[in-house]
Formats: sequence, C-alpha cells, structure tokens
Amino acid sequence: MEKGKGIMGSGRRWAVDFSDNSTAPSSRDIPDPPGFARASVDQDDSTVSRQKKDAESNWKAQKAWEVAQAPFKNLLMMGFMMWMAGNTVHLFSIGITFSALWQPISALQGVGKVFEPYKDNKVDLLGPKLLFIALNLGGLALGVWKLNTLGLLPTHASDWVSSLPPAQEVEYSGGGIPL
Amino acid sequence: MAIRSFFLFILFFSSSLSPVFSLYEDQVGLMDWHQQYIGKVKQAVFSSQRAGRKRVVVSTEENVIASLDLRHGEIFWRHLLGADDVIDGIDIGLGKYVITLSSGGSILRSWNLPDGQMVWESSLQGPKHSKSFLLVPTNLKFDKDNLLVVFSNGRLHAISCIDGEVLWKKDFEAESFEVQQVILPPGSDLIHVVGFAALSQFEMYQINAKNGELLKHESASFSSGFSGQVSLVSTETVVALDSTGSILLTISFQDGKISSQQTPISNLVEDSLGPAVIIPSSVSGIFAIKTDAVTIFIRVIGKGNLEVVEKTTHEIAVSDALSISEDQQAFALIQHASSEIHLTVKLAHDWDGNLLKESVKMDRQRGLVHKVFINNYIRTDRSYGFRVLIVMEDHSLLLLQQGEIVWSREDGLASIIDVTTSELPVERDGVSVAKVEHNLFEWLKGHMLKLKGTLMLASPEDMAAIQSMRLKSSEKSKMTRDHNGFRKLLIVLTRAGKLFALHTGDGRIVWSYLLRSLHKSEACQSPIGLNLYQWQVPHHHAMDENPSVLVVSRCGPSSDTSGVLSFVDTYTGKELSSLSLDHAVVQVIPLPYTDSTEQRLHLLIDADKHAHLYPKTSGALSIFKREFSNIYWYSVEDQNGIIKGHALKCKCTGEVADEFCFDTRDLWSVVFPSESEKTIATVTRKLNEVVHTQAKVVADQDVMYKYISRNLLFVATVAPKGSGEIGSVTPEESWLVAYLIDTVTGRILHRVTHHGSQGPVHAVFSENWVVYHYFNLRAHRYEMSVIEIYDQSRADNKDVWKLVLGKHNLTSPISLFSRPEVITKSQSYFFTHSLKAIAVTSTAKGITSKQLLLGTIGDQVLALDKRFLDPRRTVNPTQLEKEEGIIPLTESLPIIPQSYVTHALRVEGLRGIITVPAKLESTTLVFAHGVDLFFTQLAPSRTYDSLTEDFSYALLLITIVALVAAIFVTWRLSERKELQEKWSFYSAFASQSTFSSLHFSDN
Repeated sequence: MEKGKGIMGSGRRWAVDFSDNSTAPSSRDIPDPPGFARASVDQDDSTVSRQKKDAESNWKAQKAWEVAQAPFKNLLMMGFMMWMAGNTVHLFSIGITFSALWQPISALQGVGKVFEPYKDNKVDLLGPKLLFIALNLGGLALGVWKLNTLGLLPTHASDWVSSLPPAQEVEYSGGGIPL
Repeated sequence: MAIRSFFLFILFFSSSLSPVFSLYEDQVGLMDWHQQYIGKVKQAVFSSQRAGRKRVVVSTEENVIASLDLRHGEIFWRHLLGADDVIDGIDIGLGKYVITLSSGGSILRSWNLPDGQMVWESSLQGPKHSKSFLLVPTNLKFDKDNLLVVFSNGRLHAISCIDGEVLWKKDFEAESFEVQQVILPPGSDLIHVVGFAALSQFEMYQINAKNGELLKHESASFSSGFSGQVSLVSTETVVALDSTGSILLTISFQDGKISSQQTPISNLVEDSLGPAVIIPSSVSGIFAIKTDAVTIFIRVIGKGNLEVVEKTTHEIAVSDALSISEDQQAFALIQHASSEIHLTVKLAHDWDGNLLKESVKMDRQRGLVHKVFINNYIRTDRSYGFRVLIVMEDHSLLLLQQGEIVWSREDGLASIIDVTTSELPVERDGVSVAKVEHNLFEWLKGHMLKLKGTLMLASPEDMAAIQSMRLKSSEKSKMTRDHNGFRKLLIVLTRAGKLFALHTGDGRIVWSYLLRSLHKSEACQSPIGLNLYQWQVPHHHAMDENPSVLVVSRCGPSSDTSGVLSFVDTYTGKELSSLSLDHAVVQVIPLPYTDSTEQRLHLLIDADKHAHLYPKTSGALSIFKREFSNIYWYSVEDQNGIIKGHALKCKCTGEVADEFCFDTRDLWSVVFPSESEKTIATVTRKLNEVVHTQAKVVADQDVMYKYISRNLLFVATVAPKGSGEIGSVTPEESWLVAYLIDTVTGRILHRVTHHGSQGPVHAVFSENWVVYHYFNLRAHRYEMSVIEIYDQSRADNKDVWKLVLGKHNLTSPISLFSRPEVITKSQSYFFTHSLKAIAVTSTAKGITSKQLLLGTIGDQVLALDKRFLDPRRTVNPTQLEKEEGIIPLTESLPIIPQSYVTHALRVEGLRGIITVPAKLESTTLVFAHGVDLFFTQLAPSRTYDSLTEDFSYALLLITIVALVAAIFVTWRLSERKELQEKWSFYSAFASQSTFSSLHFSDN
C-alpha cells in the first residue's frame, strides 16, 4: 500500500500493476484460491521490529506455561468425577476410569504437537514440557489408582489363580454298589 | 484380568437381579417338551357306555390307572398310585364307576368314569395274605344297590358299589387254605370260592351272596397235589395241573358235589413234553397249557372229557372272553408270523369257525404280543365288529381295528432304567435331514406374520399362528448338530429292553431298537438290561465313525449270572455287535482313557473279583498297561456295611487265563459297626464333570483352594433302627452319619454325625461339595446340609510374583497317597419338601454358577441356586461378603414359585433327573424322567453368552441401516456445505480486494 501511495503521489490517474506480487506481503490480504499451496514460505521478517519479536517470544513462553498447567485443572476435575463415581464397578465408574487413563496417554503422545505453536529459538520449552508430562503422569497415576480401588488390577494372588485348572490326579478309582 | 472383570460383571448382574428364572407364558414349549405315558398295561376294561366318547380304562405295571380315548389313544385322565400301591384288579361298576383294588387287596377305590374324580375309598383288612379277586357282578342287587365282591387277605367282602360300605364279610381262616378262584355263577345268588389246602386238598365253599352265609363246604383230597394256577372252564368246573405238571385234573363241583377226572397230558399229545403250565384264561370250555415250546388248546367236553383243538409252536396270546350275546362268548387269538401278526376272533364253543381273521403288519422292534384285550362294536350293517387292544413286548399299546393299527402308544418310555446322550451328525452335504421350509409362499407368509407381530398389528388369530410357528420351528428339530449344542439325542434304555433315541428338540423318537440280546433264549433265561454307557464318542481322531453306546445286561436277577454286552450305533440305531460274556458283571467301571478310535476303556468286575478289560484290543491293552498301577476300584457292600478298596494285581490265573483278565487284591476296607450304622446312600462325582478352577476367591481377595478329587465317595449311614419309615423311631435312637472317603487310599477325610436325624438320604456331589437331604426328627422337618472341602496344603500359595511367573506347583499332577490336609465347612438348612431325586446343573466349561435340581414329592423339578447352600452364609454378612453374593443366613431354604423348572407341568412318578452340558457355556440341558418325560434348557446365570430368543434382530438391522444411511447423507451434505463456504469466502475476498485496489487506484 505504501507503494501505491508513492505511485499516486506522481499524479497518475490509474495504473495496472503487472508485477508479480505473489511473494509480496501485500498480496497476503487476498487468500489463495482453494487447492493452491504456496511453495515458498516467506522468510523475510525484516519488517517486524525486534521489540515486537521479544514481546511475542515472551507471550509464547507465557502461553506455553499456561498450556503446561492446563492438565492440572483437568486433574482436579477428574478427581472430582472419580470421587463422584464411587468404588463399585458399573458403567459410569468404568467409563470415568478409562477416560482418566486415556486422556493423559493421548496427551503424552501429543506433547510435541501441543507445544508446536510456541516453538521459538528464544523460548525454552523444556520446563513447560516437563511440567506438562508430570501433570499428565499424575493424571495417569490417578487413573491407575482408581482402577486399583475398583479392584480391576491384578495385584492379589486371587487374580492369578482364579482360572487355574484343577490339578490332575495320578490315581483313578471307580466302582460303587454292585449292579 | 479379562476373566476377572468378566466374573465381576457376572457377579454384578447376579447380585443386581433377583434370582428368578421363570418364563413367560408364551415361552412354554419353546425349549421344553413334556410327554405323558402310563406304562405297560396289565388290565384293560372297555367302557360300555353307549353315549359319549368311547374309552378304555387300563391299569399298568407303573401303578397307573388311566382312561384312554379309544379313537386316538389320548389320556382322558390318569392317576398314579404310590410305588407300593400295586393294582390288583380294575373293573367298571354300574357303567359309571371305575373300581380298583390295590395294595395286595387292601384298598378298594371307586373313581368317576368321565372325569376320574375319586368317589370313595375303603380299606379292606383280613387275617392273612392271599390272592385277591375283584368281581363286579352285573345282576347282584342288594336293596337297589349293586354289590362288589372282593376276596382279599383271606376274607370275602361284599361291598356297596355306591358308597364303598362293607355289607358283609366272611373269613376263610383255615390255616393253609389258598384261594384259587372266586366264581359267581350268573343268574344265582351264590358265590363259589375254590382253593387248595395243605397242598393236596381241594376245597369248595358255597356262600350266599346276599348275606355271606356259608351254605356248603366240600373238600376232596388229591394225593398228587397241585401246581400253578387253575383255569376256570365253566362256572362249575376248573382244570388244574398236578405237582409234576404232567397230569391234568378236571374238577367239577356241580350241586356242591366234587367230582374229578385225571388225564395225563401224554394221553392227549403223543410226543412227550416237559412240565406244562396252565395259561389263565376265562374262555368257557377251553383252556390252554404251555410247555417249553408248544402251546396246546384243549376243549372240555361234557364232564371232564378233554380234546386237543390246536397245538402250535408259534408265540401266541389269547384274550379273555367277551360275551357278545346271551350264550355266545368270543375271544381273540394273536399269532406271530415273521413280520406280521395274525388276529383271529373265535366263538368259545366253535373253535374251527372264525368270526374274524386279519393280518396286520407289525414292526419287528415291538417284539411279541404279550396281552390281548378284545372289545366289540356294532357295525352299520348290524353285524359285530371287533377291535383289540394289544400290549407288546416293548410295553407299547396298540389298537387294532379292521386290519389296521389305529393308534399306538410308546408306553415303554414310562419305565426308563438309564439315560445317556449322543451328539447328532455334523451338518454336511447330503447329511442334512430336515427340510427347511416348504415353499416360498409359506416362508413369506411366516415372515409377514412375524413382522405384524413385531409391529403389534397382529390379531389374536395371528398371534396364535405365530406362537404355533415358534413352537414348530424346524430349526430345533433338525437332525444335525447345532452350533450351541442344544440338539442332541437322548438314548434311553427301558425296562422292556428297548433302546429309544429321543430328539432333544421336540422329544420325538428318532429310532428305537429292541435289543436282541435281551430276548429270551436258551442261554439267557430272563435277561434284564442294567445300564447304558457311552462307548465311543468320536471327536478328534475318528470323526468318520458313528458314536455308539454300550448296553450292559444280565441273564437273570441274581448277580452271578453271566452278562451280555451290546454295542449300538446311535446314528442308525443298529446293533453293531453283541457279546455273550462267560463271566458275571457285578460292576462296570468306565476308565478315563480312550483308545485310538475313541472307544472308552471299561473295566468289568465279575463275581470273583476279577477285572476284565473291554474293548479287547491290543491298543486298549497297551494303554491300560501304562496306567496299570494307578487304577483302583472299590466296592460298597451295603448289606455288611463294608467298603473295600482293591488294586489290580496280575493276569488272571487258573481256568480263565486271558490277556484281558486281571486278578485284584484287597487294599483297604472301611467297616461300619453293624449295630450302630447301616449304609443307605453313596454318591460320587460324575465322571464327565468339568471343573473350571481350583481356586475360590472370597470376599477380601483371599483365595481358598478347593479339594477337587474324582475319587471321593460320600457315604451316609443311619442307625439300623432308624432305617425304616420316617417317625418309626425316637430322635434319641436315630442318627445319621455322613462320611467323605477317599476311594484310592480308604482315608476318611471327613465324618459328621447328625443326631436325631433319619433317612432317606438323597445326595449330590459336585466339584468340592456335597449336598444331602434327610429328615430331622427333633425339628420334625426335612433338612439339607452342605459340606465343602478345601485343600489347606495349597493355601500358602499367596505370593503374587511367584504366581505371575508361574513358579508354583498348583497344576502339577498329584498323588492321593501324599497326605492331604483338608478343611471342611458345612451348614444345614430346613427344607419344606421331601425329595424324590436330586441333581446339579453341569455346563461345558464349568464356569457358570450351579443350581441344584430337586425332584419334589409333587413330581416337579425345582431349581435352587447353590448360593443358598453356601457354608459361608452368616446372619449379617459384611459389605464385602454381600458384594461377593453371599445371601444372609436364614433357617430354611426359600422355595420361589417361579423357579420350578417344570413350570405348571408334573413329571408323574419322577425317578431321575439328568443334566447334560450344551456347547454354550451358560446353558445346560435337563431331562427328568418317571412315568412322564420332561426336557428343558436351563441357564443358571441367565444366557450371558447369547442373545435371548426374543431379541429383535430386525430392529438391530434397521438401526444399523438407518445409521449408515444417516452417516452417508450427512457426510455428503457437509462436504457440499464446505465447498460452498469455501467458494463464498473466496469470492467475497476476491471482490473485496478488487474493490480496494480499484479504490486505491482512484486516489
């Protein structure tokens, strides 16, 4: 747009701009047609000021910490739900427990993705990531603990012998009252 | 863990639902069937009622009196008298009362003929035991009341037909007087009682029928004595045989004077025959004698002149006489000729002329004709027609009329001795037997009806049609194996020596086979079938062979007569082979080993305690040799109160030297003191019972190890005084002792005494528990007790890591000679009913919880959860125990009306309950037999592994289709919308940017 102003200042009535604007930032206002993928990513960041960059990286770090702490709320929520579900095995408690187990596992699988937006050379993501993993592990532990209180963990001898077939006897004896 | 959660699920379901396993009204007959029988007919009386439906009243050897429809053979009504209430005679009085004499002539009852209601009952006592006779004279009146004349227990009674009142009685007290006949000459008021006294004295009493006054007493002495029965040839003449069975005595007592004539049989028939017996018959002027092979009919002419009218070597049966007019008597005669029977009806005084001569094709599997009953009717052309009711060797009952079998009843099934099951053939091309649907139209109609039913549009008639379609579903009566194992063959052995195969789907007879080996023969005089065993059950190796059963029978009632084995193919019902053994069969022990063709090894013990191995093949012998030292057997001598254990020793020595015969030696014996204990019941576990696990998990995650042994014997003994009827002793004199004995070592694992208790004991043994039922004299109630046995020596196996890594010896083979440490838990409960039989459900893998099946005194089968008989029940169970499913202890076991397996039906004369596992783990098949048969499927923990019969597959399909359609439609819609959105977004931006660039260029 600054370019346009310069041109206007010279007093021309109209102009058709035949230059290739595809890489120019001004052309970003117009969305690409559907199906068109821009091959080259604009690297040139020269117009963004350094200050702005600092602010953004600060903001990113802050945001990353926030994301890392998010499972904590979840944890509290889950704890409440579990408390509500009680200690008997039925559909509700089993559902709660399995979701409590599943959520941390899926979250742990997607650690990289969660912190992708905040990736920055300036930002140290290790701290938030560790916190995130720790909180999710805590959630997992909570789920396992719940599983145990429901009695669904094979921690007793009875869990391992309940399907043992009876031992074979060596001797065999038959008979009875004469026919 | 999967299994554990599965268990928890089951637990959850079983604890949340009340243990009611009833059915809905429209489910009756879907999986169960009920058949009514009466047993072998002893006597038949045709009702002479002119109006109404023709009927015949019969009494049977199962102590049943029944009124049958003469047109179709259906039962109008039926009464089963008690097991010791044997029927001696039946008759019809006044045309509307059925009179029965039973219990050795001591009970006389009258029943209303149309509906079978009892009218009256009289008890007839007498000085001594004697033959009993029931006579219903038609013309003997006494104050407008018809008289019944009954001779029983040495006393002659005249009884009113209307109310059963004894009008007069007369004792025959002479010590040795044995009544032979009671005769009522028609048209007179006299009763003749004839009999023998002191072996050689013939006595005749003449009695006034009006008041019982003795008018005349004559006697005559015959030095040669008498044997057997007498035959009445006229109202004043009887024929008897002398003690050697070779001279016929014709005794007449006209006008009270006894005169006699002796005729040696050899005078009548040239060739000498063995001793003869008189066949009782009531045809006047004719009697029959039978020697070993020949039956001779003899006519009495004038005063004691005898003339042979026919001599036959065929098997022959004669009916009683039937008066068809004032002076004419007819009788029926049936002779066998290969596959036919010849029926002739003759007049009594005219042997050579036949009123009727017919030939009827007869199934060979029915055997010989045993009894004939004749009845006449008047044809449209006013001539006499005859119908005969015949009882065959296999106890079936047939009505013959006009040369055809009008109907037949398989009443042999009323006396089942033993039951086993067999699988059906696997469905293959060419094997499928049942035709599936009749045609497309019927098929469509059926489905339309079902659809109407689902949509609740069906009218009552449609509902009835749907119901009958459900009941007659061809699926359940197919002749092939099904996936769930519901379709099987029940192989039953009846007392008549006939094998039947019943289809479990609808109870029809698939085949029947009268065992040839159970026919009377030279070598085998009175063969009796004993037991039925599964001989060959092909599954792994010998799939192409048909399964077969082993029938063990014996040539006589005593235990030392030689045995006979028959092998019968269960698919075809043909006898594969039969073996006449040269040794007796005292015990049959099926061994837990099979040979290469899946034939089960059986050990037969003879009277000299030799063990004989069958099948006699070298393969079987080598398997047996391998296990030789581990095979033991025990015998319970309940007369002496001894239980003996034996081991096999070596090959037989002496005259029976045979590779397959082994000597045995005594190993141990348990002797019960004869003055204080008498064995009344023994029970073991079923050989084929499957136990899923050896551990029992109790409430606090603790484990108890069951003591599971195939070699445990439960023995119940009572005080000798208390072995009689209930209530015959005081509680102080009576006790009941229950033992658990290891039959390999003879070790008594447990012994408990119930003071003040009495038999009879009914017990059932399963897994590690035994439940028994007895009478408590102190409480005046029946009781049931449970004993559970646990293995204490395994209780230490509690280390989880050892168990996880499999470092335990819980599944390694154990020897019973290692000392077991067992603990027992037991508990007793009151129970309302007395029992006839007790059984327990059995399932394919033994996972499903068990139910006890109790055959009650009311001839019904009651299912009772084993949870009610759990020795861990307490009055106030903890929360954990409640979660485990322990029911609070109550003093008596509940009887839930909905848990009657037989619902509204009764299995008259219930004798046994058999359970067979289906392939589906949740389901067990139950067969109860007595005079009636009943079959059903049970799911003790509900059908958790299959959808119920009323599950709507249509609804499921519709839902799935609708869901798929909805997914497809919404997917298309969303795609379109997305595309539209993208286009509108792009065009909006495009127009905006062109506008803005135009605007800028304006400046």
